[in-house]
Amino acid sequence: MTDQQQKDLQHDEVQAGTTTGLAAPSVDVTSSRQNSLWSDAWGQLRRSAIFWTGAVLGVIFVSMALFPSLFARGVDPRDCDLANSKGTPSAAHWLGFDQQGCDYLANVVYGARNSLLIGVLGVLGVLLLGVVVGAIAGFYGRLTDSVLSRIADIFYALPLILGALVLLRVGPSTGLPVISERGPGAVAVALAAFGWMTAMRLVRSQVIAVKSSDYVAAARAMGASDFRILVRHILPNAVAPVLVYATITIGVLIAAEATLTFLGVGLQPPAISWGLQIAQGQSLLRTAPHLVLFPSIILTLTVMAFILMGDALRDALDPRQRS
Amino acid sequence: MTILPTPAPAPWGSAGAAPLLDVEDLHVEFRTRSGVVNAVNGVSYTLAEGETLAILGESGSGKSVSAQAIMGILDSPPAEITGGKIWFEGRDLLTLPAEEQRLVRGPGISMIFQDALSSLNPVYSVGFQIGEMFRAHRGTSRKEAKQKAIELMDRVRIPAAAQRVNDYPHQFSGGMRQRVMIAMAIALDPRILIADEPTTALDVTVQAQVMDLLKDLQRDTGMGLVLITHDLGVVNEVADNVAVMYAGRIVERGTVTDVFSNPGHPYTEGLMSSVPQVESDGGRLVPITGQPPNLSAIPSGCPFHPRCPRRRLGAQALPGRDCAGDVPPLRLVVPGREAACHYSEEVLGV
Repeated sequence: MTDQQQKDLQHDEVQAGTTTGLAAPSVDVTSSRQNSLWSDAWGQLRRSAIFWTGAVLGVIFVSMALFPSLFARGVDPRDCDLANSKGTPSAAHWLGFDQQGCDYLANVVYGARNSLLIGVLGVLGVLLLGVVVGAIAGFYGRLTDSVLSRIADIFYALPLILGALVLLRVGPSTGLPVISERGPGAVAVALAAFGWMTAMRLVRSQVIAVKSSDYVAAARAMGASDFRILVRHILPNAVAPVLVYATITIGVLIAAEATLTFLGVGLQPPAISWGLQIAQGQSLLRTAPHLVLFPSIILTLTVMAFILMGDALRDALDPRQRS
Repeated sequence: MTILPTPAPAPWGSAGAAPLLDVEDLHVEFRTRSGVVNAVNGVSYTLAEGETLAILGESGSGKSVSAQAIMGILDSPPAEITGGKIWFEGRDLLTLPAEEQRLVRGPGISMIFQDALSSLNPVYSVGFQIGEMFRAHRGTSRKEAKQKAIELMDRVRIPAAAQRVNDYPHQFSGGMRQRVMIAMAIALDPRILIADEPTTALDVTVQAQVMDLLKDLQRDTGMGLVLITHDLGVVNEVADNVAVMYAGRIVERGTVTDVFSNPGHPYTEGLMSSVPQVESDGGRLVPITGQPPNLSAIPSGCPFHPRCPRRRLGAQALPGRDCAGDVPPLRLVVPGREAACHYSEEVLGV
């Protein structure tokens, strides 16, 4: 028997609860059945076609953002020739040319970086705000919780796009460091500022649930401080649903960035972004529909990649979703 | 209704020196939407160095709540400590600022819980969790803390400690998990260890191993042990003294041998006769009739009187000793024995 087979047999025994190989004098059958949350989730994810679809698409777009010249076939997106204006797709230029006569494939590929950057930065902002505010509200409860939850409700009343639109509109006149320059940072901050509430509610409810668990009482009985209990014991057990939400939100924020840019308050030319490409292409929709079509398709695929991964992750982490 | 004055608690058992822990007239209530639940109603006891005090009582008798009050880990709200003093090392824990109270937990008083699996954090290895005691209280480095965790795991007789230090709680059996809890609890050499039903979730052979371990550790360190349990067998094996609780009060206390061989309160008497005896052949068990008291409406007088086979009401009662009207104080009945029953002498047969 090989080592691997031996391990597998041991694993099967553990699964079946028939093992006698534990180093302990007493054998508790129930203990061996409990795998960790994450190893179970991974076992589930591995068999999920939805996850793999999302993951493959995600890897493609992330590498597009990291190494755009590879995907643009070495063409510089700003190397334009007006003679090629609105040129249709051909064997040499797969996605044709835009109005300025720039290679459209290169432009679409280079747009991935800004979109993903804003999606990821925005989600980090959402997580930071959501986890900090939610953890404080859930852990301290009472008045603190009421005040923070009502603040979240106020933000809920403001639609994400509308709030971000207003913030980005007044941003340049405020003179504040990030928000006054119309870069990816400003868009990410605007989106995080109006998109953190769901994450906060998720964290808050998880913290409340975990707070009453025995190991938190035990940690308290062993003299752990509030901060230590919150950071060491509660948060690691409360983040799983928030990670799922974050994955989905990357997609949502990428779409929101495109919307804001399309509306003229997001990124500004000469930045390259899918939102800008769609905005500029819309007036030429009848003569050169591919200018809207290609960035839209790739935007949709990116958003879909993250939502698929998030969906699969949620199913994998929720035992009730398992068949 | 008259309430007799409570006599000053007399020294009892082996307590000669100043006690480690002195609980005085502790009151805890839960304020719920449907009314006030009086969980602990004037509990007093002392614990000496090296002493094992068993607190015996059925579910809802207030034994766990009083322990949580000592540890300062009651969930408040709804729980509220409404009276009493808890003296430890010359200070009243209840009046200490929260931060100083926290510093007592761990190096001063420590606690182990009934269900070791749910009391251990599932996301950390056991070595990390034991080492956490040193990092949190003494700022020990990660590496050194791990070394100390291995030593402690050895000390609580977990086999192959060095190999198992990185295992997670779910990879241990029930008895081993309880040992991990014990290792955490004794990590900082506490003066007092409170064990809240430490063996209830374990099977009988493992129970004995864990209790032996606790006794050995106590012999090595001289710590005081408060053992909260409803298991008469465990009390009989390991405890020096026993306090029997009913409806949030201590109804009897004394040395285990005395109390078990000749109970001085009808409730204790009922408990003893409801235990199956190996020697007796085939007789029926004698249960205590009736229901445990509703703590938001504790019966007047002696809280046990509605279930008591020896109750004396109205004309049968001696003056000032009506079981339904007069609350019996916990009083010294015979040397070394206190009981809260108007007719304790009768129960004892002295």
